[in-house]
Amino acid sequence: MTAEVLAGALMPAVIIAPIGVACVLLCLSRWLDRPFVDAIAFLAAVAVSVANGTLLAMSQQQRLVVWLGGWTPRHGLSVGIALVGDQFSLGVALVASVLMSCALAFSWRYFTDIHTHYHALMLLFLAGMTGFALAGDMFTMFVFFELMGVVAYALTAVKVEEPSAVHGAINFGIINSLGAYVTLMGIGMLYASTGQLNLAQLSRALAQHGADPLVVIGFVAVATGFLVKAAVVPFHFWLDDAHAVAPTPVCVLFSGIMVELGIYGVARLYWIGFSGTLAAGQIARMFVVMGIATALIGSVMCLLQRHLKRLLAYSTIAHTGLFLIAIGSFDPVATGGIAIYVIGHAAIKSVLFLTAGIVLNRYGSVDEFTLRGRGKDARAVGVVFMLAGLALAGLPPFAVGLGKGIGDEGLLSAGFGWGPLLFLVISALTGGAVLRAGARIFLGIGRAPRGVEQEGMTGDEEHREIATGLNHLPWTMAAPLFGLLGAGAAVGLIPGLGSQVVQAAERFIDRSGYLAAVLNGSATYSHVVTPVAGWSAEGIMWCFGSVIAAIAVAGFALYAPLLPRVITAAAGSLRGVERGLRSIHSGHVGDYAVWLLIGVGAAMALALFPA
Amino acid sequence: MTRSMRMVVLVIGVAFVGTALVWAALYMPGFGGDWHPYRDHAAAAALAHATANVVSSVNFDQRALDTFGEESILLGAVVGVAVLLRPVEGERRRKPKNTGHVLDSTRLLVVLAAPVALILGIDVVAHGAITPGGGFQGGVILATGLHLLYVGGRYSAFDRLRPLGLFSQAESIGVIAFAAIAASGLAAGGAWLANFVQHGTLAQLASSGTVPLLSGAVGLAVTGSMVVLVAHFLEQRLLVWPPRSEESASAKGDEGEERI
Amino acid sequence: MTVYPYVVAAVILLLGVIGIARSRNLVHAVVCLAVAQSATYVLLISIGYQHGGVAPIFSSSSTAPKHMVDPVMQALTLTDIVVSATVTSLLLALTIQIAKQHDTVDPDELRSLRG
Repeated sequence: MTAEVLAGALMPAVIIAPIGVACVLLCLSRWLDRPFVDAIAFLAAVAVSVANGTLLAMSQQQRLVVWLGGWTPRHGLSVGIALVGDQFSLGVALVASVLMSCALAFSWRYFTDIHTHYHALMLLFLAGMTGFALAGDMFTMFVFFELMGVVAYALTAVKVEEPSAVHGAINFGIINSLGAYVTLMGIGMLYASTGQLNLAQLSRALAQHGADPLVVIGFVAVATGFLVKAAVVPFHFWLDDAHAVAPTPVCVLFSGIMVELGIYGVARLYWIGFSGTLAAGQIARMFVVMGIATALIGSVMCLLQRHLKRLLAYSTIAHTGLFLIAIGSFDPVATGGIAIYVIGHAAIKSVLFLTAGIVLNRYGSVDEFTLRGRGKDARAVGVVFMLAGLALAGLPPFAVGLGKGIGDEGLLSAGFGWGPLLFLVISALTGGAVLRAGARIFLGIGRAPRGVEQEGMTGDEEHREIATGLNHLPWTMAAPLFGLLGAGAAVGLIPGLGSQVVQAAERFIDRSGYLAAVLNGSATYSHVVTPVAGWSAEGIMWCFGSVIAAIAVAGFALYAPLLPRVITAAAGSLRGVERGLRSIHSGHVGDYAVWLLIGVGAAMALALFPA
Repeated sequence: MTRSMRMVVLVIGVAFVGTALVWAALYMPGFGGDWHPYRDHAAAAALAHATANVVSSVNFDQRALDTFGEESILLGAVVGVAVLLRPVEGERRRKPKNTGHVLDSTRLLVVLAAPVALILGIDVVAHGAITPGGGFQGGVILATGLHLLYVGGRYSAFDRLRPLGLFSQAESIGVIAFAAIAASGLAAGGAWLANFVQHGTLAQLASSGTVPLLSGAVGLAVTGSMVVLVAHFLEQRLLVWPPRSEESASAKGDEGEERI
Repeated sequence: MTVYPYVVAAVILLLGVIGIARSRNLVHAVVCLAVAQSATYVLLISIGYQHGGVAPIFSSSSTAPKHMVDPVMQALTLTDIVVSATVTSLLLALTIQIAKQHDTVDPDELRSLRG
């Protein structure tokens, strides 16, 4: 069976099959016991992972293009929908399905009162993510983006008895939907000027049409929805609300892959649709400025949190900022490094959220101060948490460090000399926040909160998701936890991974290759000389630098009252900034909508005015 | 942020985005122009597959994956509403109070209109490939036609006529049928969602290959979904919210006397 | 003016967002979201319109495609309407639960998520 035939069978299957299984579960829910439902859903996710892995292996040799319904292009034009599987899109889909398998395993006994509905929603979520990653058509991307969104709103509010859960979910719903509608306006604008919806055909038509303000504004409009999903400042407010209240397995998926899909969508949109038409400098400026703002605000807010899941949410926002900066450098080495960083971040952030979930189920709270010292008897969980915190800061051999090192290299070669330093600072701040929380909870260091530390959303109001008891960690929770931690390390140790991923990045940004594969059927990759990328002495140095800086940040936060007055007074002068930031993150949906408008306007201004 | 600060920031945002959108509009092709390249190709493709209704051809033949995605959004939303509006601790379902009065003229109109609506709905679904319509439109007409019975009668009687289990199953079966037809396209036609059935002649009932079949599947799914969706909201009127204070308890007691 | 409908679409979108920003009731906010989406309907349909165009239905093989209004835009709008209905229903269900849990649907009074 040739690659095309197998891909033609498998690629639509990984989107359609989970939806089919979800419907079968819903049909049979009255007659199936809970263990069966759990098993069927888990096996479906595993099957999708295996299929994605197979497709990924096949995509090493050529781009896999499937035109649904057999509507292959004639003379370079088609009316159908194309699914395009190159290494990046299939890689993203694979990470999504692996994380979904882990999340379904972890939630083995969750939500007994809603039975199959939870599993159906999770499988629909998987289908939405996969469809978004593989779509080669703007409107198809929009449809699966909305599928992801709708199901995510319901999953966030699953704990309907918690007031904050439904509040977070409606903020999430309104802001994400607004972003999606702005995207649809952009799709309409671009269709009006080119008459195309397929990404490759759009790209070719735009190259002939040339860049005018409509094209730029259309691009920013379409990118808006994806940037809202990616929680880029100032579209990020929904993420901290949603993470604080969503159940743990759902948070794993949100931070692990859903947010990263937004970044993927923007990158794909730019590189394939618009890189042949728009002036690169202005778009780069837009990405980099928004990325820096996101990274800074995310890491500062991260330090100010006492609610563990909200802290992790802000660290995701900070890392998203770093991803966006690297994408905005338009350098294949940086893009490749970020891809590895995303994989490592998915594993490590999932571990952190799973640990937070275990802590919640054991002790009934996710508040850093309430739990001070309570975690001393959960030694294994504590070790995992601290190790994950160090990994988040960039400890070798975890993939986060590898990705950061390669990303730094790429940024330097693209002319962003300040890149590695910013990456170090952000990793140190977010990693330090995690280490601080871990030290308080599992080691009992630090004293009771006073003054500024008392503000912020308390983590005492979360309800237990499942009663696990104090001494027993079910293997369905332990296996994903240790498995993901191990995967985070293993991926960093795969020999030659760096070079392979950088090569995949070269292919990702190769617009003419994509067009040839989709429109003319010539699917083989063009040969490019790829630099060797991997663990380098300089990269390891930066990694250890950020780890040490993270430990220093944690130490400063824990021992602040013991430090000389001078230092604490200097920190105290920043209270105005802190109060301002806190008041902006108000939980009020009207505020969020207003900031969304400002963000759209600012992005358009950054993209329109000549550099 | 305070309300006044929010208004200030809103004005700035509206000014920026409004200017940008209007500026972009100046570069759009004029309204009512005749340059529509995708239309030319889509219409030619619809004609090649003997589908008279080009919109149905686009929805169920050329861009069927988008329609499948949209159906799954509908399914996801209905399942989501079921999860969100599930009875929680302390809530109980009271029996519907059959007080209130329905005008005789309303009853007469319903008796006349409901069968017409149901037949019209089935017609719209079945002729999706030939006349304006299709699964979605027909499904909504069917669901609304069924609810005319609620308008013209008592909730308890309506509840008996609307077995929710059946409609939930219909919803899932509709989506499974769509997926099954898509898979048959792979088996018989070499590609997922291929139009592998005989195309027939233009504007006949049995034309366009899989389009009427997919339209029927979608109609089934949408009918089921809409009925279940409205049912969840109607049931909320029957649930007793746990009384939080004396005043709210008595206020809700008054509400119960209304006709539902 | 040949761009008037597009400007109308932009105005409707902004009105929807203004409504959400000024809203004192979550039901009102969700409906304003639906208003913002109807801007996309106006935009898509007016992009597809052609002066003197007929409905995109073949009455016989001789109807020329060049006289039809754009069927692809109509198909997209149909999908869009379904998406809007489903999202609105889900958000209204959320509003019901908020009313139960918080005893209010005024966004100003929802204080559970801050900082």
